Amino acid sequence: MEAGAELNRLRWRCTRRAMLEMDILLGSFLDKHYAGLTPEQAAVFVALADMEDLELWPLITGKRECENSVQAEVVTMLRNVKVK
Amino acid sequence: MSKITIPVRKFDAVIVGAGGAGLRAAIQLSEAGLKTAVLSKVFPTRSHTVAAQGGVSASLGNSEEDHWHWHMYDTVKGSDWLGDQDAIEYMCRKAPEAVVELEHFGMPFDRTDEGKIYQRPFGGHMSNFGEKPVRRACAAADRTGHAMLHALYQRNVRANTQFFVEWMALDLIRDAEGQVLGVIALEMETGDVVAFHAKATIFATGGAGRIYYSSTNAFINTGDGLGMAARAGIALEDMEFWQFHPTGVAGAGVLITEGVRGEGGILRNSDNERFMERYAPNAKDLASRDVVSRAMVTEINEGRGCGPHKDFVLLDITHLDPATIMKRLPGIREISIQFAGIDPIKAPIPVVPTCHYQMGGIPTNYHGQAVNPDGSTVKGFYAAGECACASVHGANRLGTNSLLDLLVFGKSSGDSVVEAIKADPKDLKELPADFAERTLARLNRLNTQKGGASVNETRLEMQRTMQKHCGVFRFKDMLVEGVSKICDIEKAVHLTEIGDKSQTWNTARVEALELDNLIEVAKSTMVSAEARKESRGAHVRDDAPDTAANPNGRDDEIWLKHSLWHREGNRLSYKPVNLKPLSVETIALKTRAY
Ligand SMILES: Cc1cc2nc3c(=O)[nH]c(=O)nc-3n(C[C@H](O)[C@H](O)[C@H](O)COP(=O)(O)OP(=O)(O)OC[C@H]3O[C@@H](n4cnc5c(N)ncnc54)[C@H](O)[C@@H]3O)c2cc1C
Repeated sequence: MEAGAELNRLRWRCTRRAMLEMDILLGSFLDKHYAGLTPEQAAVFVALADMEDLELWPLITGKRECENSVQAEVVTMLRNVKVK
Repeated sequence: MSKITIPVRKFDAVIVGAGGAGLRAAIQLSEAGLKTAVLSKVFPTRSHTVAAQGGVSASLGNSEEDHWHWHMYDTVKGSDWLGDQDAIEYMCRKAPEAVVELEHFGMPFDRTDEGKIYQRPFGGHMSNFGEKPVRRACAAADRTGHAMLHALYQRNVRANTQFFVEWMALDLIRDAEGQVLGVIALEMETGDVVAFHAKATIFATGGAGRIYYSSTNAFINTGDGLGMAARAGIALEDMEFWQFHPTGVAGAGVLITEGVRGEGGILRNSDNERFMERYAPNAKDLASRDVVSRAMVTEINEGRGCGPHKDFVLLDITHLDPATIMKRLPGIREISIQFAGIDPIKAPIPVVPTCHYQMGGIPTNYHGQAVNPDGSTVKGFYAAGECACASVHGANRLGTNSLLDLLVFGKSSGDSVVEAIKADPKDLKELPADFAERTLARLNRLNTQKGGASVNETRLEMQRTMQKHCGVFRFKDMLVEGVSKICDIEKAVHLTEIGDKSQTWNTARVEALELDNLIEVAKSTMVSAEARKESRGAHVRDDAPDTAANPNGRDDEIWLKHSLWHREGNRLSYKPVNLKPLSVETIALKTRAY
């Protein structure tokens, strides 16, 4: 798939989620930070975006521990994304 | 003109939507052996039903005595008598069975010590015809919707339902006699446009809360089913009725639960005044949703809103012990920090009344069959869930009744399809020669539009207009002006331009197509609201106040009727409310007071 299409698919999965909270958070992250991620971080973000909202939210709020340090980096960035 | 053809796939039935309603309907079809296609814009378990946390109602009577008739009474009263009493009786009687069935599908309900389904109290649930609160809501912790979708999805996998994920239905196919013969849909991954030709079509596309600027609904709720139905000449029912939640985070819309005020949260205006003391001296901040919402809007309209644009009020919990906040309201603290940029321990949360639920929709009977204005059924067409109007919610939905609605009417619509196909096993009726023309013209217009409006800006303008002119508290002049504004915005919607013309994963195109649907919902809402010159349930007008002759501004003599909005001509007609239940006596008209 072309890079543009790949990014659009990711956009759809970030902004058409089950919960409004996640649409806003992942959508803002995609706009503001995705382009600056390392390939490793980007892969982690894509995997996070594929998770269901009720699995992802506890990671973001720190209720569940991250699996590895790269995931923790990306989750911290997600948590700090300014949505306003 | 040369005819352009598109590929056609044939099924017994096609369901658009894989949320609670669509999945429940699909079980009936697949288990009956029908070849069923279920289309969804997202993977089924990512549907918006996941967001429902509160629970689903059923008079199981597991914790204390309860009866479907009491549930029916509460629902009729909640609806401000605009709900159809045959459908309400049907839903409330079926509720215990629907919940137990779900349990058998594997839904992990919370349990009592004896192993029965645990039930909790919820606003508006009363025993003995409004006497005292009763525990009627069944929940799976705070993930009821999520657990429900997973249980229903697994059951469908077992029954071999065929899913088309990340497909967007674009239009209904209807022939000259008005029979529905399926849908035309777009596969996002390839950009292919395909016809799903079927004997029966069920819409379960969910709500349309994104017509408002401030909404608790996820971005996916763009009212596609309503847009498609309206374009196919099906009138939309009671579209003026939208339930607002008093406390959505200003700007983001994210819901702050009632529990915050329950724990002692106070609403304040720009003068730092606890203004609810003036509007509801007894209940204060804990008055009912509509009372609190209207008070907030009055404060904002009278110039006592907060912030640079004076367009929100503050929900203050800074006086509570931080330990209490951390213990009792941890989720809220996280939401406030994340979406308002404010730690509620240190500063108050900016909030506004926020659009939450759509009571109106595609007119159906309690069998889930779509109905024409004259009461006859639309052959081949069915609807269930938030996109449908059975009508059980009338002018105002009772909490936890929407999850029940999608279980009961998801199932009944599925059963109706199975019966209809068994009764008439003939081959598929032929598609009209020009069945894809309108849709292809719409796509072609988007591909070639030059100098048109931006999708984002046009959507935003529509949302702002709806919020300002047709919000929680409505004013005659604003509504009149709102109708003309929304008609102007519609012109821009028909001229939207997208930069990306690619085939694969063209989300710009999809968003433009969603806006085509949103605008139909917005128009129907504004026009129906402007016309209804009374206050009832969630529709409250400044010029229809509480008087002795018309308590709460409700005018049964003129307005005890359902609105039907017709896209063609942008006009309205009306039909009577069904006040006759199936087996019990009519629940007689009364003033709605709690
Ligand atoms: C924050 C929140 C909390 C709530 N809490 C409760 C509660 O506690 N109790 C309660 O009873 N109700 C609650 N509600 C209301 C309730 O959740 C919804 O009314 C209900 O879940 C709607 O279910 P549905 O099956 O009709 O639609 P959805 O679950 O929204 O599913 C719609 C489906 O249609 C698909 N779709 C839409 N358009 C298209 C298209 N063009 N092509 C293909 N597929 C399409 C989507 O992909 C999706 O699969 C809540 C609502 C919100 C917003």
